[in-house]
Order: sequence, then structure tokens, then C-alpha cells
Amino acid sequence: MNLLKLSWKYLTAKPLSTGLNILLLGLGLAIITVLLLIQDQFESKMTKDAEGIDLVVGAKGSPLQLILSSIYHIDFPTGNIDMEEAKSLGKNRLVKKIIPLGLGDNYQGYRIVGTNHDYLELYKAEFAQGKPWELPFDVVLGSAVAEKMGLKLGDTFIGSHGIGSSSHDHGEHPYTVTGILAPMGNVLDKLVLTSIESVWYTHDEGEEDPGKFQAPVAKTGFPEGEDREVTSLLLQYRNPMAAVQLPRQINSRTSLQAASPSFEISRLFELLGVGVKFVQGIAIVIIIIAGLGIFIALFNSLKERKYDLAVMRTIGASSGQLFIHILLEGVILTFIGAILGILIGHLFLGILVMQNDQGAIGNLSALVFLTEELWIVVFAVFVGIVASLIPAINAYQTDIAKQLSKS
Amino acid sequence: MILKAENISFYYDANQPFQIPDIRLDRGQQLLILGRSGSGKTTILHILAGLLQPKAGEVSIDGTSLYTLKGTQLDKFRGKNIGIIFQKPHILAPLTVEENLMLANYFAGKKTDRITSVLQELGIGHKKKSLVNNLSEGEAQRVSIARALVNEPKLILADEPTASLDDQNAEAVVKLLKDQAEKHQAALVIVTHDQRVKNHISNQITVGI
Repeated sequence: MNLLKLSWKYLTAKPLSTGLNILLLGLGLAIITVLLLIQDQFESKMTKDAEGIDLVVGAKGSPLQLILSSIYHIDFPTGNIDMEEAKSLGKNRLVKKIIPLGLGDNYQGYRIVGTNHDYLELYKAEFAQGKPWELPFDVVLGSAVAEKMGLKLGDTFIGSHGIGSSSHDHGEHPYTVTGILAPMGNVLDKLVLTSIESVWYTHDEGEEDPGKFQAPVAKTGFPEGEDREVTSLLLQYRNPMAAVQLPRQINSRTSLQAASPSFEISRLFELLGVGVKFVQGIAIVIIIIAGLGIFIALFNSLKERKYDLAVMRTIGASSGQLFIHILLEGVILTFIGAILGILIGHLFLGILVMQNDQGAIGNLSALVFLTEELWIVVFAVFVGIVASLIPAINAYQTDIAKQLSKS
Repeated sequence: MILKAENISFYYDANQPFQIPDIRLDRGQQLLILGRSGSGKTTILHILAGLLQPKAGEVSIDGTSLYTLKGTQLDKFRGKNIGIIFQKPHILAPLTVEENLMLANYFAGKKTDRITSVLQELGIGHKKKSLVNNLSEGEAQRVSIARALVNEPKLILADEPTASLDDQNAEAVVKLLKDQAEKHQAALVIVTHDQRVKNHISNQITVGI
């Protein structure tokens, strides 16, 4: 028998009130845990996916939308741009590298991205099987796509128009899997990569020249073609000067729009920050209510327990031991609440990720534990100490003789 | 000399002080303090137990002057050397019978293996794992006696131990207290207004006449 066990016995003697307080605190802390996990992983994933991309150029519209659709593949593209205009931008001396993208199709919700081999190089993509595309309608699958759709090398499938999974199929031109990427932990995992030519030819109507399906596609730069369009361009600057001049040049002198990923991401986090703050506020209110609940439960139980405490003194307990006995009850409660909260948080994120596996948070993992979560435990225990301090002082000051005479 | 109380005076209200007769008890000796309710019997018991500091005088137990001990020292001394039994059993309800006794061991800082044997001697060995709510009044009072005895105290103090018991149980409890005190060579002080106890202990003082 020791104080920890004694406090535990008193807690389990009132399972309803104990359980309720633990649950309430657990829920508050679960929200904080989810926020922490999302914030941490979301930010690092966002930064990782945008690495090496200095500027995104596309049709005029919302710059944030352009970034979201071209880098993260979560929003709709802003529209298409004329390839000739794009090509002339490539000749600018401030541009080091330019990667064209052709977007707008999907396979079962996974986006089909038409691009060139530079895109693979940008993300240092590694192949689990096969090799990059050579001909029109060759595709390379991200690891998650291959796994979820059960596709192997040499398999064929038909893409659909649009970026949801509901629109009409492009029945005439099936894609052939020539490569499957190793799991990258970034945006590539959920993409279907192919050449820009594939995207063009899918949408071509009427008379067709069968020869073009056999011609090798462009591995770098822009493909051959007249009167063609691309969706957007990923740019790398040649020198720091470009960061100052290029966006201005593009936005003011052309019909194109340039958006800087780092600027737009920080703007996005600023926008999300308001929502995050609000949810955080709710969580803190819940935690305060839980703390109050613990305080009230201890304070009320103390009235009934004054006699118990006096009896403990008569069998040799010191007033300091009674102080710790009551304090421990608060600490045990909040410690369990913290563990429960962290578990609920991870479980909740796990469910969220499972239900959204093609969405923006589909890349997050519920099994990552952060050091910040230790701080949640510390914070919870602190709440427990604060909530039980007054009852504990009360217990410390119990006048034994007076209490015992009251029976 | 196990218990020595000399020149004790006490008051709740300075205008109504009362003196407490000197008490001297040796190992195995027994004393009955009689008096009506409100005569200050319980106050005397609390003073003897180190729970209430007298305004003057000295209580010493086995040579240790009780009120020169401070705070924790006094609590630990009480736990080790004094066993107290109340009118109501006051067993801690969340704990089993055995755990109540273990707690007394823990707080006194004594590790004994007497729990089972004490319970058996008091005829409640089979209730070891029971919760207090499942005990009868008589059984509960025996548990509180067992708790007072488990640390092998030098002094046993009982405050109206029979007041809430029927004749049969009252007699049994007094006999148990006497037997146990004799067996362990402890001094026994019973404070009561219960006439049923009178015939069992011849050494008596009466207070508050």
C-alpha cells in the first residue's frame, strides 16, 4: 500500500465522476493533439512538395489556386495557357529551368499529370519497377496509386476527363503502365505521371494521324506541336535577381500569372491560422471546464472525506502525506486524461486520413508521435495540480481533533 | 511506565478551564474513564492520543514527551505506538479490510506480517478481502480494532467503542480489547459512558461530575 495506490482506490470508488472528468479532459487534449499533428506534418509536407520550385506560371486567376493545383494537385487549375507564350518565357535569361504541366484528367480520382522527365528529376523520383514514359500513353504511377488500384507493369486503364472521378471517360486511348515509383512520401505518391503529348492526344477529336502515337515524346523542355496549350509551368530561377524581376515582368507584361509558392503557402497558413486559433480556443475552453470539473469533484468529495482524512492522521499519516494524497488524485486523473487524449487524437487523425486518402490530408500519418505530445502530458498534469491544489491544502489543514469530535 | 499524564489542563473557552486527573499506566494495565456525554471524555482521549495539545501539563508515552514532537514526527509516533478505536468504526470505504490494515502499516512506516493473524484472532479472517459496506456493525468494529492493533501499539485508546453495539457485541468487543491488550502487553484506556463496560475493568476514574 502506498499513496499512489490509495489515491487510485479513491478514484476508482467513484468511476462515474472519474470517468467523466477523464473523458472531458481527453477530448480537449485530443483536439490539441490533432492540431499539433496536422500542423507539423502539413507544414513540412507542404514545404517539401514545393522544394526546388521558385515560381509557378499559369493562366490569370487566383495565385493560391494556381499553387494548389500545380504543386499540390488539390485545387482546380486556373485554365490553360498558350504554349508559344510559355516557350518564349523559357528563353528569358532569368529562367534556369522550366517544366510544363498538362493537367485536367484523372483516373479514379487520382490526377493524371502530363509533364516531362524533368519533373521526375525535380522530386528525385525513384522507380520501384519499370522506367519513365517514352511513347504517348505510357504512364508512371505513384506508389499509392499502384497499390490502391492494384495496377502492375503492362496493365492498361482508361482516364476520365476532369479532376473529380465523375466525368466522362476517354475511352479511345487507354494508358499503359511502364513504371511504378517507390514510395516517396510526397505528392508524387498519389499522381499518375505521363507525357504532355498523352494529355493532348486524349483530348484530340476528329481525324487523327496514327503515326503520332508511335513517335517518342519530349523528355525535356516543350514538346513539338502547333496551336497547343499547357496548363502551367514550374520555374527555377537562374539567380537571386530573378526573384525580384521575373514575377513582376510576367504579371505586368504578359497574359500569364506568376505565383511564388513560398509566399502563397505562408498566406495560406495565415488564412488557416484563424481557423486553427478558433479550434484551439475551443480546446482550451474544454480543458478549463475539465479542470474545473476535477476541482469541483475533489472539493465536494473532500466534504465527505474529512473524516477519512482525520482517521488517516490517527493511524500515522502526516499532513504532508494527506496533501500529496489529494494532489495525486488530480494528477492521476489528468495523466490518464492526457494519455487518452493523445490516443483519441491519433485515432481521430487516422480516421480522417482514411476517409480522405485522395485529399489534401491524405498524405498525413497518424502514427507519427511528436515531442510536443510530451508537453501535452506535462500541461495536463499541471492542470491537475492546479485543480487539486485548493482541496489538497484543505486536506493539509484538517483539524483532526475537531473533525473526530463531530461524529 | 507506558502512559504518564501529569498536570493536564485544557479549555475551549478560557473562562471554563478543566483539570484532568493524573494518569499513570504500566504495561498491561487498564483504565476506564467514565463520564456523561459532554463531560470532556473525548477531549481527554484526544489529548492522550497526541491529537489535541493541552494548555498545560505533559503527556509522555514510553518515556517520550508527546507534545515536544513536532508535525510529522508526532504523526509517525502516533501511528507506531498508539492504536485508536472510535465509537463508529470509520473504516475507509474504498479499501478492503486487508488494505485498511496495510494502510495503517504504511503510514506508521512498519512492515508487519500480522494482518492475517490479527484478523483471525478477532474472528474476521474470512472477511479479509471484503469491502466495508459488506460488513455488519459488529464486524466493522472488529476491523477498526484490528487496524488499531496491527502496528503492535504500546497504548490502546478506545473512545466509546461499544456505544453503537448491542449487548452481545458490546461485551465481545470489550473482552477482545482486554484480551488483546493483555496479550500484547499494551496499556488500555477506554473512555465511555456505557454502564455495560463498568464491570469489566476495575481501575476506573470518573470525570465531569
